[in-house]
Amino acid sequence: MTIVDTSRQPAAEMSFFTRFIKQVRKVPFSVGFGIAWLAAMVFVAFFADLIRPYGITAMDLRARLSLPGNPAHLLGTDELGRDVLSRLLQSIRVSLAIAFGATIISAVVGTTLGFLAAKFRGAVEHFVLVLADFQAALPFLIMSLAVLAFFGSSMPLLIGLMGFYGWERYARIARGLAISASAQGYAAAVVQLGATPTRVYMKHILPNVASTLIVSMTLTFPEIILMESGLSFLGLGVQPPETSLGNMVGFGREYLTRAPWIMLAPAFVIMMTTLSISLVGDWLRDKLDPTLR
Amino acid sequence: MLRFVSTRILRALITILAVLTFAFVVLRMSGDPAQVMLGPDVPQESVDAFRKAWGLDQPLWIQYLAYIKAIFTGDFGVSMRDKASAMQLVIERIPATLQLTIPALFLKVVIGIPAGVYAALHRQSAVDRGVILAAIFGFTIPSFVMGLLLVLIFSITLGLLPSGGQDTWQHGILPTLTMSIGGIGILARFSRSAMIEVMGQPYIRTASAKGMPWQDVVWRHALPNAAVPIVTIVGFMVGSLIAGAVVVESIFSWPGIGRLLVVSVTNRDLAVVQCILLMIAATMVVSNLIVDLLYGWLDPRLRAQSAH
Repeated sequence: MTIVDTSRQPAAEMSFFTRFIKQVRKVPFSVGFGIAWLAAMVFVAFFADLIRPYGITAMDLRARLSLPGNPAHLLGTDELGRDVLSRLLQSIRVSLAIAFGATIISAVVGTTLGFLAAKFRGAVEHFVLVLADFQAALPFLIMSLAVLAFFGSSMPLLIGLMGFYGWERYARIARGLAISASAQGYAAAVVQLGATPTRVYMKHILPNVASTLIVSMTLTFPEIILMESGLSFLGLGVQPPETSLGNMVGFGREYLTRAPWIMLAPAFVIMMTTLSISLVGDWLRDKLDPTLR
Repeated sequence: MLRFVSTRILRALITILAVLTFAFVVLRMSGDPAQVMLGPDVPQESVDAFRKAWGLDQPLWIQYLAYIKAIFTGDFGVSMRDKASAMQLVIERIPATLQLTIPALFLKVVIGIPAGVYAALHRQSAVDRGVILAAIFGFTIPSFVMGLLLVLIFSITLGLLPSGGQDTWQHGILPTLTMSIGGIGILARFSRSAMIEVMGQPYIRTASAKGMPWQDVVWRHALPNAAVPIVTIVGFMVGSLIAGAVVVESIFSWPGIGRLLVVSVTNRDLAVVQCILLMIAATMVVSNLIVDLLYGWLDPRLRAQSAH
């Protein structure tokens, strides 16, 4: 029979737990709230199909424009008797999916162009910088409005178009950081060891500049949500029967006098989501960005 | 200095040309205006005649060259719908848009900058917290939500102000407020952070240490140095004087450029859309150019850098 000392393990767990609690306590309330809200939004985005009480096009014609707060329709219904809560959950999913997809496209394109500029310098660099200037001077909302109206709106086009938004910022940041990183010892060392440029940039430089890029993503993400909802509000973004947050506000506007809840629910979600991302993003920037310390 | 100015002007011209080209190619590629203008049930001969009359049967690059050539002679095309000069249609709408955007810009500058500077000089005070909060709301509430909330409060609930149209000066209040509230917050936030950064500089400490009155430190040393980032944001706001009103005009049925753009885009009125895009791009580029030139005047160090 052997005696197993089990007393150490719970102690270690405790200390890990208390350390975790200490870390959590250091997070300001507003940031904690932002994280909780975003977690809830991500949960909704993944499980919208399972948690929504009705289909998004299911009409309850006897309960049209019913007030929020009744047991059958917690957030009320719209002019066709469709459940506002169910449509809201689906809208969160659609709007977040578009913003997420677009942010990823914009970050990948921008970072790649920035790295190319840093690697090749000369003409390539000038070309990237001129493109970035052009992108910054482009009235983006107006341009996308024209493109969507002329091509007809569809989900891939919308995501692709939003993905063009803000790439120039990643490109500028990635270029600047990569130039200064390649002057440092570690990058020169792996180059000396015979690593291919792809390996140097992906495995060594990218991880070192990632935190700044992630912070820029927290800046473009809410802007893309606002732009998508603006376009959908004007009727040029997400098309019915599919629904998004801006689309709901746009249609709810017609019933502003009789049923303001149709518009208030998605408007509230847009505000809270962009607010949460800004709060968390600001906090992350202070934590991650070494240049601000 | 001359070289600095001329390269900036050249870059501005290239940007405008790029916007024009991009708009031209995208709009021509994206479908046939003949079908939208004439409707679905017209005989093929009318479609062909329409295309021939507007030069749409030519190859794209010939159309493009003709378009650029016409622009240099001051001809911006004719509206397919009204048969009137496209530029004329656009210019007629500009005053209505400026009626909203100029007062909004005025409010942003007159409230935003002083609030930000005050907040920076009185950190952790009630005003400071208020500015931070207002700035966050300014960033996060989209203009269409803000506009509808204002309509809900002031037109529907309180019945104080009209919710749409352009008949009296009262009609302008809600759209102007909608446009300025967010901008006030953004400008206040930038002014605050610019001012805080400057106040931490050694030369401010030196000026205070040598016994300079606090007022003079702020007015003569801090403010001029905080001006560069603030001017950048104000320049950006001036640049969007025409573009910034699209959503707000459509909420409040205000007959400005934004409404014209939305209508022309739906009608596929190519010449008018291109004219509006040109106007918007030109305003943005010109105000960026002015900001660039102002930098040199505000901060002599930047002038020296660009000379090399």
